[in-house]
Amino acid sequence: MSRSFSRALAAFALAGTTAANAQSLSVDLEVPRLRVAEYHRPYIALWVAREDNSVAANLAVLYDVAMADEEGEKWLKDMRQWWRRTGRSLSLPVDGLSGATRGPGRHEFVFSDKLADLQPGQYRLLVEAAREVGGREMLEIPFQWPPAQGSEQRVAGGQELGEVVLTLQPRTP
Amino acid sequence: MNKTLAALAILAGLSSLVAPAQAHRAWILPAATVLSSEDPWVTFDAAISNDIFHPDYHALGLEGVEVAGPNSEAVALQNPHTGKYRSTFDLALARAGTYKVYRASNGPTATWTENGERRRWPGRGASPAPGDFEREVPMDAQDLKITQSSWRIETFVTAGQPNETALAPGNIGLELVPVTHPNDLYVGEPASFRLLIDGEPAAGAKVSVLAAGMRYRDSQLAIELTADEAGLVVIDWPRAGMYFLEADYADDRARAPATARRGAYAATFEVLPL
Repeated sequence: MSRSFSRALAAFALAGTTAANAQSLSVDLEVPRLRVAEYHRPYIALWVAREDNSVAANLAVLYDVAMADEEGEKWLKDMRQWWRRTGRSLSLPVDGLSGATRGPGRHEFVFSDKLADLQPGQYRLLVEAAREVGGREMLEIPFQWPPAQGSEQRVAGGQELGEVVLTLQPRTP
Repeated sequence: MNKTLAALAILAGLSSLVAPAQAHRAWILPAATVLSSEDPWVTFDAAISNDIFHPDYHALGLEGVEVAGPNSEAVALQNPHTGKYRSTFDLALARAGTYKVYRASNGPTATWTENGERRRWPGRGASPAPGDFEREVPMDAQDLKITQSSWRIETFVTAGQPNETALAPGNIGLELVPVTHPNDLYVGEPASFRLLIDGEPAAGAKVSVLAAGMRYRDSQLAIELTADEAGLVVIDWPRAGMYFLEADYADDRARAPATARRGAYAATFEVLPL
């Protein structure tokens, strides 16, 4: 796992937001384009962990949801931290959590409702990717909830993930 | 003694009760222990060898291999096959939870002197039936020593969420009761297991833990441990991979007419990286 955080903490209020005045957490993640003979889109899981590694919010899991007989679930265990911390206790697919894999490029996910019950405290965003006939990588970004002000943190992946950007947006009056 | 014990114990050298000089180990190796699909299958190797998980000596017979499912229900082996150096079989994990795959035996063994010759029961390769012990061991023999013996080989696999139903001990012989779940083992997280002899803490049991892949290193690097008063051992896994654990226990608190009690235990564990 790459811990070379390129942390860009910019304190600024985000303009032009989604829900009326809700605080939100958005993740912009890059699936890198890989020059490999056999390419499969990575499985990717996003979740929020407490300091003791327990799961505070399960944000998304992207896998081959459309395969017949739920065959795509066979490789969920390769995201071994996500599988251990939460995946194995779920009955998949889960509405609002399971989604299709994404190809190379940047993808943005905005979460608000899933964080409604998050108690104030210190958390980590975890992003784990595993690719068939490829590798596995997990990135983490610590953050405080609820956000007192807008912020943006970046971390760069090394192989299976490109840049991951966590943007927090406070509740607007 | 169970009819397979003598033959297997001789082959496996599972304990010094039959063949103390041999180091051969019996093992059951799952291809994977943590599974995520709806109806996963796992394939297994079972063999007896010196080098852990390198089948080069003798296949482990599958007769007597049993599986306890997530509700402790019996689960059938699929596609069993015995080759020269290993047996293979598959399991369909139809239900989510933890499965225990095991082969175990217990019963008396005896040695005595007759007409100046050392005798043992059961004889090499013998397959005693119930009642044979009473018929074949002369209770008034010279130097008669009866040992209450047990051995157990096992491994664990989990589909989905681990559970502990199949892990409950039978309180017969030497058994391992997980404190840390056997399919939730990670480098950097010491695992605790409790050893029991006939359901009581196996204090002082000798435990040896070996990583797979001896061919690719210069030393066994065995982790040697002794169970504490509560039967507990704590294992700090040095790296991810498959591990073989063996434990031996002996005391003199045997059920009459036995005067000694011995237990041998072996298990395969998979340790994942964090």
